[in-house]
Amino acid sequence: MKPAPFAYKKARSLDEAIALLGENPEARLLAGGQSLMATLNMRLSAPSLLIDINGIGGLGGIAHKSGAVEIGALARHTDAERSATIAQHAPLIARAMPFIGHPAIRNRGTLGGSIAFADPAAELPACLLALDGEVDAQGPKGKRTIKTGDYFKGLYETALGPQEILTAIRLPAADSNTRIGFAELARRHGDYAIVGLAASARADGKGLKNVRLAYFGVGNTPLRATGAEAALARGDVDGAVAALDLEPHDDIQATGAVKKHLAGVLLRRVAAQLMEQRP
Amino acid sequence: MKITADSPPVLSILDRPNSYIGRAVPRPNLQRLTQGRGQYISDVTLPRMAHVAYLRSPHAHARIVSISTEAAKNAPGVVAVVTGAELAKVMTPWVGVLTHLKGIKSAPQSPIAVERACWQGEAVCAVVARTRAQAEDACELIDIVYEELPAVTNPETALDAGTPVIHASLGDNLCFERKLDVGEVDKAFANSDAVVEATFVTGRHTGVCTEPRAVVADWNEGEQRMTVYHATQAPHMMQNLFAKHLDLSESQVRVLTKDVGGSFGIKVHTYADEMATVALSKLLKRPVKFVADRIESFVTDIHARDHRIKGKIGVSKDGIITAFEIDDLTGIGPYSVYPRTSGIEANQVVNLTGGPYNCPNYRAQARVVFQNKNVMCQYRAVGHPIAVAVTEGLVELAAAKIGMDPLEIRRRNLFPDDGYPAQTASGLKLEQLSHHEALAHLDTMIDYAGLRAEQKKLRDKGIYRGIGFASFIEVTNPSAAFYGVGGAKITSQDGATVKLDAQGAITIHSGVTEQGQGAEAVLAQCVASSFGVSMDRVRVVTGDTDNTPYGGGTWASRAAGIGGEAAWQAGKALRGNVLAVAGAMLQAKPEDLDIRNGIVVDKTTGAERLGLDELARVAYFRPDTLPPGFQAELMATRHYVPRAWPFAFTNGIQASYLEVDTDTGFVKLLRHWCVEDCGTIINPQLVNEQIRGGVVQGIGAALFEQCLYDERGQMLNGNMADYLVPMAVEMPDIDCGHVVSPTADSELGAKGAGEAGTAGAPACIMNAINDALRPLGAQPLTDMPFTPGKILAALGKI
Repeated sequence: MKPAPFAYKKARSLDEAIALLGENPEARLLAGGQSLMATLNMRLSAPSLLIDINGIGGLGGIAHKSGAVEIGALARHTDAERSATIAQHAPLIARAMPFIGHPAIRNRGTLGGSIAFADPAAELPACLLALDGEVDAQGPKGKRTIKTGDYFKGLYETALGPQEILTAIRLPAADSNTRIGFAELARRHGDYAIVGLAASARADGKGLKNVRLAYFGVGNTPLRATGAEAALARGDVDGAVAALDLEPHDDIQATGAVKKHLAGVLLRRVAAQLMEQRP
Repeated sequence: MKITADSPPVLSILDRPNSYIGRAVPRPNLQRLTQGRGQYISDVTLPRMAHVAYLRSPHAHARIVSISTEAAKNAPGVVAVVTGAELAKVMTPWVGVLTHLKGIKSAPQSPIAVERACWQGEAVCAVVARTRAQAEDACELIDIVYEELPAVTNPETALDAGTPVIHASLGDNLCFERKLDVGEVDKAFANSDAVVEATFVTGRHTGVCTEPRAVVADWNEGEQRMTVYHATQAPHMMQNLFAKHLDLSESQVRVLTKDVGGSFGIKVHTYADEMATVALSKLLKRPVKFVADRIESFVTDIHARDHRIKGKIGVSKDGIITAFEIDDLTGIGPYSVYPRTSGIEANQVVNLTGGPYNCPNYRAQARVVFQNKNVMCQYRAVGHPIAVAVTEGLVELAAAKIGMDPLEIRRRNLFPDDGYPAQTASGLKLEQLSHHEALAHLDTMIDYAGLRAEQKKLRDKGIYRGIGFASFIEVTNPSAAFYGVGGAKITSQDGATVKLDAQGAITIHSGVTEQGQGAEAVLAQCVASSFGVSMDRVRVVTGDTDNTPYGGGTWASRAAGIGGEAAWQAGKALRGNVLAVAGAMLQAKPEDLDIRNGIVVDKTTGAERLGLDELARVAYFRPDTLPPGFQAELMATRHYVPRAWPFAFTNGIQASYLEVDTDTGFVKLLRHWCVEDCGTIINPQLVNEQIRGGVVQGIGAALFEQCLYDERGQMLNGNMADYLVPMAVEMPDIDCGHVVSPTADSELGAKGAGEAGTAGAPACIMNAINDALRPLGAQPLTDMPFTPGKILAALGKI
C-alpha cells in the first residue's frame, strides 16, 4: 500500500496550478485527498505529479450573495457542516453533510473536490444536481460557469477540461417556498450509499412545482428522475414511484433489482419530507 | 452463584489480602499503549534491515511458465529478487495434517509458489529492497508468464468426477471427511411429531485485525541464530516451525512477540509469506521486515466459516428434541493450513452441534474440500458460530412449528444443571454447566414478558421487531486432546516464572501472550493475589522464547484459565520460598507468617514483621547473615495443564432484540444480551470486554462480513470499503450477565471467555430476524450474512 513514485508541487496561485497542469498532462490536483490518496496507495492511479492546491488563497469561503450561496472549492465538508450560512440558505447541503463519510473525512475533504471527482455514489454531486446549481471553473482560457445540466458527463467524467480547475459551486439560496428532501440507505453509517436521493422543489399553494429529484448510487452520474418529478408535482406519489425509470447495475452491496426497489422506497420517504414542509 | 459486574466474589480459597481475583482492575499496559509507546512489529527497526514485498498471483489457479526478474533486480534500492524455486533451497515445504483427524490430507505448501499458483493472492516472487515502497515499485517490473488453469471454486461440485483435481498427487479434492452416527436417529425421526429441515449457509469471512500480520526476521550468521520479531499468538509453536523448516535446532531460534494489535485466531497459523520472510533473512544474512498491507491481508489472512449445512431436527409435540442430523460441506483453500489444519473447523461443527441439549440421537457428516481460494482455518470460536447457528436455528424453527415459546423449548431440552458430569451425543465431556440458571437469569435480565408485549403492540402499528436466542457451549482451556495428540508441536501446558527483585518487587514471565485482550492484567492479578503484593509491584513479561517458560500462547480461550493458573501457582510457590527466608531472618516458623501488601506479617495477628525490600536486601547482599546452610530461592516456576477434562466447556445464552425495516430489508439492532458461565471471573471488566467484542464479531458474520468470490476465484471485495466490518454506530448496547461454575481442574477455577460472544451472536441475530418476519409469512432466513437484498427476497419484495 505504497504509492508509485510521484513528484509534488505546492501551487501558490490558480494561474500557477493551471500552468502546471498544462506542462504535466499526467498530473492530478490534490485538494482534500480523501479519494485520491486511497487510489494512489492502492496503485489504482499513478500520476507523475501531484499539484497541491491547498495553499491557494481565497478558495475556501462560504458566502450568501445575490440570491445565491457560493461555496469555494477548498471549503472543507466540516466548514459547510458548521456554517450558519449553509444551514439557513442551503439546507439541502446541511442535511446531506452528516452522511458524508466520517468526521475525519469531513475534516479534510473539500466540497470542490467532491464535485470535481463526481463520484456517482457521492452525496454532493446529487445535491448540486437537485438544486440546479452551477460550477465555476478557471482554465488557460479564463473563467467560465457551467450549469449542472451540462456538468456531469459520465463515470467520473465532467465538463471540466484537462487544464481547468473547479473554483466554486453556486447554489440558489433557499427562501420560504423552498422545499428539500434527502435520504440514503447505506449498510453502515458513512459508507457510500446503496442508493440515495436528494430533492428540491418549490411550494406551490398546496402542491409542489419545480420538483427536482437527483438519485445517487444508481448510475454513472447522479441521475434526475424526470417522470417521477412530474408525478410528484401532481401530488401523485404512487405515480411517481411507478414512473421511476432507473436501471441501476448490480454492485458489490446490492443487485440492480434491490437498488431499484430501494429507490422507490426512498422516493416515498423523500416525497413525504417535501410535502411535510408545506406551510 | 451470580455476580454482577464489579462485586467481589464470595470468600473462597482465592480470597487473600491483596486479592485481585474478581476485581475490574486496570490493565498494567494501559498507559504505555494509550500513550503510543507500544512496540508493534512496525515499530521494530534494526540495522541493515530490508523490506520485502511479495508479488502475488492475479489468478486463482495458474502454471507459472516463466519469471523475468532482471529489470526488478536493477531497480533502485533493490537488494534481491527471489523466486519460489530459489527459496526452496533455504526452507522445506510443509503439510497441514494432524494424525487424530483420520484420513486428512493436503499437499506440500512452499513459502513462495513453485511452478503453480493455487489462489489469487499467493506469493509468487519476493522483492527485498531498502524500503517497502521501493520493493513495491520493483514488483511492477517483474514479468511473469502464466498459463491459467481451471479454478475449482464451487464446493458443491468439488468432488464431482468432471471437476479438475487441484493437487493430482492427492487423487481428489477431498481434504477431510468425518461421519458420526449416535443413538437411533432414523427411529427417532420416525417417532417425532414434527421434523424440520433447513439449509444453513455461513458466509466465508475473516478476522480483520487492527494490526495486520507482521514479522521481522534477523538471521545472525556469526551466532548462527535466527531472531524473529513476530506478531503471533504462539511464539513457541512458531519457534518450532521456523527451526524445523530452516533445518535448525530450536535453540537457534528466538521468537519475540511484543505488542500485538488483535489476533482473533488469525495470527496463530503458519503463513507462507511470513515463513518466506524468515527464509529470506537466512538467505540474505540480514534483517528483513514484512508487514502485510490491507489489500494483501484480505487475500492471505486466513478466511473461515465457508460452510453449507443441511440440518434436520425432530421434536415431540411437547417440545422434546428427538434427534439432530447435519450434513456439512465446507470449501477451504488449496492447502490445509499448517499446523492446525483446515479440518478442525468442520470437526468442531460435528462435535458441537446439538451441544447444549440432552438428546441422544445424532447423525453428522462433514466434508472438507479444496478450493482455489484463499486458505481457510481457525478464527475466533472455531466452528462454534456454525454449529450454534444450525442447532439454534433448528430449535427455534421447531418451536415455531409446534407453537412453543423459544425459551420454553430450551428449558425442556437443555442439560439439567444438576445432571453433571454429562456427555453430549457427539461425546464431549461436560464437567459442570449452568444452562438453566443462565436462561433464567437472561429471562429476567431482558424482561422477556415485557419485551414480547412491546413486540406485539408495535406489530399492530406495522413495526416488526424480533427477539432471538442462542444457547451455546464453548470449548476453553484445551488439553493435549486438541492438537498434541495429533502430532503437532503445540503445547497445551503453560508456565510462569515469578521472581523477587532486589527491592522486593515481583516480575512474572509467562508463556501466554498479550494480544490486546488484557492477558497481562490477568497474570498480574493472579500473581499479586497469590503472592501478596499490590499490583503496581508486579511486572509482566511475555512473548520471548528465550526468557519465558515454554508455553502454548494465546488461543482457544486458554490464557486466563491455563496461564492464569500457572501464574497463581508460581506466586504461591514464591510466597513459600520468601516466607522461608523470612522465617530464617525472624527466627519464626514460615507457616506462622504471611505476605500482605508487600510486607511479611504475623499470620494470625497481621502484625508487620519485615518489609520485602529488607528481606531482598539481606537475601541478595548479606546472605552471610542468614543461618548456615540456608539458601534463599527467590525465583519459582510452576506449570499447569488441564488433566481431568479434555476441555473446560463453558456455556451461556444470548438474546437479540432488533427491528426489521420491511420496506428496505435493513436490520436495526436495538439491544443484545449475553449471560455466560466462564467459571471463576478473574477480571469482570476484561470478561465483559471479551464478550462484547466477541458479540460484535458475531454480528459482523450475521449481517455484514463476507469474502465474496466470483466463479473464477477472484475475491471481489478485498478492501475496507467493500468488505464491511461491523462499526460502532450500528452496534447495540450489549449487556453481560454471569453465572459462575468454577472448574475443579484448577485452584483458580477459571475457564475461558474469549469466544462465547462470537459463538452465539450470529444464531441469535438470525433467530431474531426470523422472529420479526414470521407474522409476515417470510421464508426463514438461514443464509448469512443477512443483507437487505436477502431479507427483501424473503419478504417477496424483489
